Amino acid sequence: MNFIDNPGKLRGFQRSIRVEKVSRRSVLKGLGISGGFVLAAPLMSRKAFAYETGAGKMPHGVVVDPRVFVAIAPDGVVTILAHRSEMGTGVRTSLPLIVAEEMEADWSKVRVQQAHGDEAKFGNQDTDGSRSTRHYLMPMRQIGASARVMLEQAAAKRWGVPATEVKAVNHEVVHDATSRKLGFGALAADAAKEQVPSIDSLKLKDPKNFRYLTKGQISIVDLHDITTGKARYGADVRLPGMKYAVIARPPVTGGKLVSFDSAEALKISGVEKVMEVRGWPWPSKFQPLGGVAVIARNTGAAIKGRDALKIVWDDGPNGQYESVAFRKELEDASRKPGLVVRQDGDADAALKSAEKVIVGEYYIPHLAHVSMEPPAAVADVKGDKAEIWAPVQSPGGTREDTAKTLDIPEENVTVNVTLLGGGFGRKSKCDFALEAALLSKELGAPVKVQWTREDDVHHGFLHTVSAERIEAGLDKNGKVIAWRHRSVAPSIASTFAAGTVHQAPFELGMGFVDMPFEIANVTCENPEAAAHTRIGWFRSVSNIPHAFAVQSMVGELAHATGRDQKEMLLALIGSPRIVQLSSVKDLWNYGEPYDSYPIDTARLRKVVEVVAEKGEWARQLPKGHGLGIAVHRSFVSYIATVVEVAVDEKGKLTVPRVDTAIDCGTYVNPERIQSQIEGAAIMGLSLAKYGEITFKNGKVQQNNFDDFPVVRIDEAPLVTNVHIVPPGPETPPSGVGEPGVPPFAPALINAIFAATGKRIRSLPIGKQLET
Amino acid sequence: MIKITINGQEQTWDGDPELPLLWYLRDEAGLTGTKFGCGQALCGACTVLVDKDAVRSCITSVADVAGRKITTIEGLHPTGDHPVQKAWRQVNVPQCGFCQAGQIMQAAALLMDNPKPSHDQIREAMSGNICRCGCYQRIENAVHLASTGV
Repeated sequence: MNFIDNPGKLRGFQRSIRVEKVSRRSVLKGLGISGGFVLAAPLMSRKAFAYETGAGKMPHGVVVDPRVFVAIAPDGVVTILAHRSEMGTGVRTSLPLIVAEEMEADWSKVRVQQAHGDEAKFGNQDTDGSRSTRHYLMPMRQIGASARVMLEQAAAKRWGVPATEVKAVNHEVVHDATSRKLGFGALAADAAKEQVPSIDSLKLKDPKNFRYLTKGQISIVDLHDITTGKARYGADVRLPGMKYAVIARPPVTGGKLVSFDSAEALKISGVEKVMEVRGWPWPSKFQPLGGVAVIARNTGAAIKGRDALKIVWDDGPNGQYESVAFRKELEDASRKPGLVVRQDGDADAALKSAEKVIVGEYYIPHLAHVSMEPPAAVADVKGDKAEIWAPVQSPGGTREDTAKTLDIPEENVTVNVTLLGGGFGRKSKCDFALEAALLSKELGAPVKVQWTREDDVHHGFLHTVSAERIEAGLDKNGKVIAWRHRSVAPSIASTFAAGTVHQAPFELGMGFVDMPFEIANVTCENPEAAAHTRIGWFRSVSNIPHAFAVQSMVGELAHATGRDQKEMLLALIGSPRIVQLSSVKDLWNYGEPYDSYPIDTARLRKVVEVVAEKGEWARQLPKGHGLGIAVHRSFVSYIATVVEVAVDEKGKLTVPRVDTAIDCGTYVNPERIQSQIEGAAIMGLSLAKYGEITFKNGKVQQNNFDDFPVVRIDEAPLVTNVHIVPPGPETPPSGVGEPGVPPFAPALINAIFAATGKRIRSLPIGKQLET
Repeated sequence: MIKITINGQEQTWDGDPELPLLWYLRDEAGLTGTKFGCGQALCGACTVLVDKDAVRSCITSVADVAGRKITTIEGLHPTGDHPVQKAWRQVNVPQCGFCQAGQIMQAAALLMDNPKPSHDQIREAMSGNICRCGCYQRIENAVHLASTGV
């Protein structure tokens, strides 16, 4: 750990650890393609982990070193670095809390400081994939335990007693035999000179002695600042001499600027300059789309100036993209054989011999993230140095991409991570920060680029659009003997590689080829689909369409066989077992080793049983009400949801109650798990009721919250209950941020069917219930 | 030259009188607690008090509020201990927190107008404020708590 005398100047943290070999991040980072860039911090030792995770295989791996993450000031204030981005999950609180727990720091004397983007120093910083707790619970415990040992060693030396006789307790080291005590502050300077212990030698706390972890009700560290307006998001950064910019971008993805007339814009009070922004050819990865920037003394003037621009665009290859026609294309493809990506037994033959075949065709459109904070970033580029302030989920990637875009060395780029006003995957892409960097370089002044909501809706990295078709064959006893699922959707990989027509392994592995039911004959096929806009990660990603189809089909099968939904679900899940998916090539298990994180149907059954019990599955309901259930494993967590709906005579839908059971393994802060699951119900309800981005002539037809609505408080569920399933001993931690979303929509749709007898197969619900 | 009072301090503006108050507050006065979410009065992130009314500053021009008293989240309470702020912390409302300044200002205006709102009245009054993280259940509970004494 560091000894510091001025916590306010902490940001530099001396570089105390070097990654031995750092190669360039693949542009396909996150696409399940890992190269030779793994690891390795010298202090990391895999055997010391009680379980293995995929953390070491992330770009730049894991760094376990208290000197990097912990500093203690003479007054005893402990500063712990948060190296992941805070977008509402509570990670900026929970990871430092883990360190504080293990080092016996008093949480009230801990300050959290945000790390800048430097993965060689801090390890991987990509805050996505519901990975932070999963990958960092153990490393953060080890960091805390190392700091504790160094403090204990320093005290033992001071007193001339064996280190085994002293122990750290709540911000002090005590020697019971002589009743001596020294505070962490008094020991800090000596402790910093101690050897960092080897990971193998560390003794972690017995969980029964935890003071904070698993206890709940730890408020987030930014709570006071958020409620007083002091919290700083990307758009809140202000630098002396800073210019404000908004950009007119090509209305069609892949389009180009032909010409522009800035005469009227330059007449607007406050507008200072109009200039072209460089764009990259389609598919443009995370690079800017290009366009025309209006530079002004404030954002309002820049927006007004942009409205006055006259621009001629060349729409490029996607100018014909049209959602109605594309839907038909996807649905046609789903009715024909496609690339086989899983084959157990012989589903074709079993479907032919089946007594009855139930067919479900489902459609899930493009979705936009619409985080409350539209993308915004500040850049200050001087010569061959650049400093960025931005709400990014990928500080390391932003640093690399800024260096590449400006053609300067990566070590000359500093990326300061602000709070994120929502992320949901949108802010894993740093295009908006790169725009600011390009403009600052040309202007020779600091620049803030602000996206308007319309920019956000028009130029995002959308959730894909899917047609899903499932055929389930039943024998004469009503047992499901065959399952053929075709999933057709443009892939995120299309944003990186032209000509992509198949889903990548990481998309196929999100609830499609990993379907866990005990069915003898299963075929999964992925017919081709090309992308005509930028596709990106959206909270829960491909689990949304896959879970919607699979769990809706469970409801359809229950109806077809006259069974209770929950009983049907449990019958399909089958016996408690570890699912073996031997026919799936390149099975994506969220980047985790299958041994640590197998598909365990006992856990899947358990969340169904818990939610049914706590959610009072068999309860009597008033007329017009209905209950629906769905379960889904994603991000290696298990989640089941029961939704109660009420549908009145006019078709007005309300949600009186939601119950969700989550098994996310060993967990840190149940208070934040609860908030994530409450929020997931709202996001699930939003996408089910309203979520749809459509295209015409290559352009997004929606603009703002009026035509891309999200759920408001007056239509939110009246009650959302969250039931956290206690983990088994040593169950590895798993995801929380994303897994709550996928089961919600199918549970809702199954509930609507129970209430009304109407089966909705195409999202959003929109006006389908109106009578 | 337009005179306005922001959080008790008189300020003047001689630029574009049509400039939305939001951008005056954020970019000219440096009060970044008030947020930009939609620019069309659809999300409520930019809510401030003009005298005692909750107003969407993104569609309100500086000229519209000439001579009026504006309160932003920074000026709601000198130590951040307005009952609504305290209730927000007690209930652990925020996730990302970006919409919360607007939510809090809206709730403060509601309670000035109706000190004991019912749950239905809370849901109605707060329905102009979007939270994409989905903190609604806690927002409702926090407004209720603020109305009953924190």
